[in-house]
Amino acid sequence: MSIIDLSENGLRHLNETLQSQAQGTNQQDWEIINPRGSHAIAVGLDAPINVTVSGSTGYYCGGMNKQASITVKGSVGPGVAENMMSGIVVVEGDASQYAGATGRGGMLVVRGNAASRCGISMKGIDIVVEGNIGHMSAFMAQRGNLVVLGDAGEALGDSLYEARLYVRGSVKSLGADCIEKEMRPEHLAQLAELLERAGTDADPASFRRYGSARQLYHFNVDNASAY
Amino acid sequence: MCGIVGLFLKNEALKPQLGELLSAMLITMTDRGPDSAGIAIYGDEVSDMIKLTVQSASPDEDFPALEQSLHSLKGDNPKLSIRDTHAVIHTNANQGDTIRAMLMSSHPNIRLMSYGQSIEIYKEVGLPKKVVERFNLTSASGSHGIGHTRMATESAVTTLGAHPFSTGSDQCLVHNGSLSNHNTLRRQLNREGITTQTENDSEVAAAYLTARMNEGDSLGEALTAGIADLDGFFTFVVGTRDGFGVLRDPIACKPAVMAENEDYVAFGSEYRALVGLPDIEQARVWEPEPAQVYFWSH
Repeated sequence: MSIIDLSENGLRHLNETLQSQAQGTNQQDWEIINPRGSHAIAVGLDAPINVTVSGSTGYYCGGMNKQASITVKGSVGPGVAENMMSGIVVVEGDASQYAGATGRGGMLVVRGNAASRCGISMKGIDIVVEGNIGHMSAFMAQRGNLVVLGDAGEALGDSLYEARLYVRGSVKSLGADCIEKEMRPEHLAQLAELLERAGTDADPASFRRYGSARQLYHFNVDNASAY
Repeated sequence: MCGIVGLFLKNEALKPQLGELLSAMLITMTDRGPDSAGIAIYGDEVSDMIKLTVQSASPDEDFPALEQSLHSLKGDNPKLSIRDTHAVIHTNANQGDTIRAMLMSSHPNIRLMSYGQSIEIYKEVGLPKKVVERFNLTSASGSHGIGHTRMATESAVTTLGAHPFSTGSDQCLVHNGSLSNHNTLRRQLNREGITTQTENDSEVAAAYLTARMNEGDSLGEALTAGIADLDGFFTFVVGTRDGFGVLRDPIACKPAVMAENEDYVAFGSEYRALVGLPDIEQARVWEPEPAQVYFWSH
């Protein structure tokens, strides 16, 4: 285990050190201490390393992650794992707004709650939130899966494309063009696999599935007055 | 972008440290708002006395003249304590209106920052660290306080455009965001007799809450009404003589973090503003919900 004290060495040193780890590095395990809410911790990583952040972080923790496994023992500010490509980011506390925004791959797990705009414009990332999510989550979500064990806020999945949304609790309201869909065997199997990968214990049969009604894909003259 | 900090003490033993804790929180928020900064401190009340905080761009000329005017008043002489460009007039509660009228008529270069039993406001342009040093804010004691670091978007970078804004006795407000219906609201409030000193949108929000409270609303009720009447983006932290309130607009894109334990309730635009507070690791930390009023009072 290599330990980096952020209060002593600074953010630039931290990210340069982690970003320069090669594919077959022997230094697989890293711990970051004294994060004290700093921004952009462990961003742009591109190696199969394990990074533990011991404390809470500010904006954009784990952004653009590739391959790395990042665990935050605390809460995170806005934009955690933004535009993640692969790997996994686990937040043991809460996440602020736009968690996992625009993510293209990999998995984001939030053990607490996620605030508004969770998974906005997601493009292939899988997100599992064990608590609740705020309003406008999965807005314009294109691909990937959003799993929520708690409740979802207003306008879930507004202007949704082909992302799948699984919610166990209540949904305050659905956004434009987002509808409840049938939970078929392949969805139960996929949800079971997502929950297992996230290390989350929940019965797939207790969830409801939401997705796109596909009515907003193309211009429809009947909707002209709504544009 | 702006930075907001707030600290409401439940444990009286922490009162002497209020200025030190709040100043450190404020300086942490420098990169959210480096152009000006301000703090409102509630404390050091004396019964039957009020405090008027005033500001001048030429304190060396204006404050001696003010002191002379105050000595010429009948009754007990008010006391003037000067801190850089600001000064606090300590006076009998029944002399407050006389002094405010005198300021308007005889000292046009002196601006009233706040008045009330408890509140003092210090704000200036410049880096938050410099503002803290100018007013020696780390030495301040009190029961609660609010601070703001400003990155101006809506009106000029001036002392009067800095936050907090005070539009009523012992009331103040700081704001991160921008309002879109402030001109209409300002005209409505002016017709109701509530005047504002600047073109700033945040001052209108403060004046709106003052107007509601003048009509009998509690701070909680005034903030709830604000959700419908104030159009735009906002995270507000509001202070009254005995209380401290928080409100975010329904879209809630301006950040906010709160922490509470047995000793205090704290607000920060970011968690990093809170990390220096005692026992923060054990405090309950959460993000305030959109369009929900939070309020604590002593």
